[in-house]
Amino acid sequence: MIATLVPLQSVALALVALLAPAVVLARDPLRMIIVNGLYGLVLVLLFVIYGAPDVSLSMLVVSTVAYPFIVLIAIARVRARRGEKEDE
Amino acid sequence: MTRRVRIWIFLPALAGLAALLVWGYLGIPGFGDYHGPYGFVLDRLATPLRHMDNVVNATTYDIRGFDTLGEEFILFAAVIGVVMLLRDTDEKPEMRDEVESDLVRVFGTLAVGGAILVGLWLVAFGFVTPGGGFQGGVAIAGGAALVYLVAGYRAFAAFGDEQVLDPIKGVGAGGYVVIGLAALVSGLPYLTNLFSGGAVGTVWSGGSAGFVNWAAGMEVAAANLILYAEFLNQYIVPIARRS
Repeated sequence: MIATLVPLQSVALALVALLAPAVVLARDPLRMIIVNGLYGLVLVLLFVIYGAPDVSLSMLVVSTVAYPFIVLIAIARVRARRGEKEDE
Repeated sequence: MTRRVRIWIFLPALAGLAALLVWGYLGIPGFGDYHGPYGFVLDRLATPLRHMDNVVNATTYDIRGFDTLGEEFILFAAVIGVVMLLRDTDEKPEMRDEVESDLVRVFGTLAVGGAILVGLWLVAFGFVTPGGGFQGGVAIAGGAALVYLVAGYRAFAAFGDEQVLDPIKGVGAGGYVVIGLAALVSGLPYLTNLFSGGAVGTVWSGGSAGFVNWAAGMEVAAANLILYAEFLNQYIVPIARRS
């Protein structure tokens, strides 16, 4: 069991290591929240592989549903306001 | 401060933090190396005592249900705070639906049903399979939020009606407290599981923890939907009104 898990764990950990800096390096807020959603999904994968399905479900619903929804709404409003200023 | 100076201040700080992290990581125990007694006790006793397969759910909604009660009211208070700050006094405008792709509408609407069904299943069977009131509640609210994404604001407004959501949120949060009080009235400690004893692996296995899960699910789903509705009213409606 553990022997087959080790490659999976390495892949999941590598994905986390890859996507965590990607979130920070995506400077545009819209791009950042999308990359952050992907990062959340990779963490979900990691939690499942490490045997914590309950935590992974919480992570899934918060990082891919609740959090992006609220942030996207706020980004839409800021963009609209910025567009308004350019019109003036 | 020039960019050069900032980098020279940043580099030693980065090196220090990196050294601390490496030092810390070298000392952490291996995966699964656990010595505390509670994990083993719960692992052995949760299923025989409470008839619940999912030890995590048995811990959060029964054995340490009191902690979750506190968390419940953190969310309750936080959402009330957001509602107070964002309360929109303006009349809701007439809005046309923005989503024009039929494909998005059809498959999105199917996904709404799927998401809500998964959410209900997570709440109902949280103590049997991974899940619980919180996860299920957010999933149900997510399914309803999908209505906005696939059909537009007007279709979502029915789900975001505070006249409906406020009582659900209150009954959920209050129901949790009342289930705890029911045990107290019966002469048992607060939140003691009253009729645990159903067959392991069935929807009846959780006893009153099942009702605690439903109370939490109602509260979380309604609280999230109120949050989404408030944000949409505050941020999206003004944009649509102008255009």
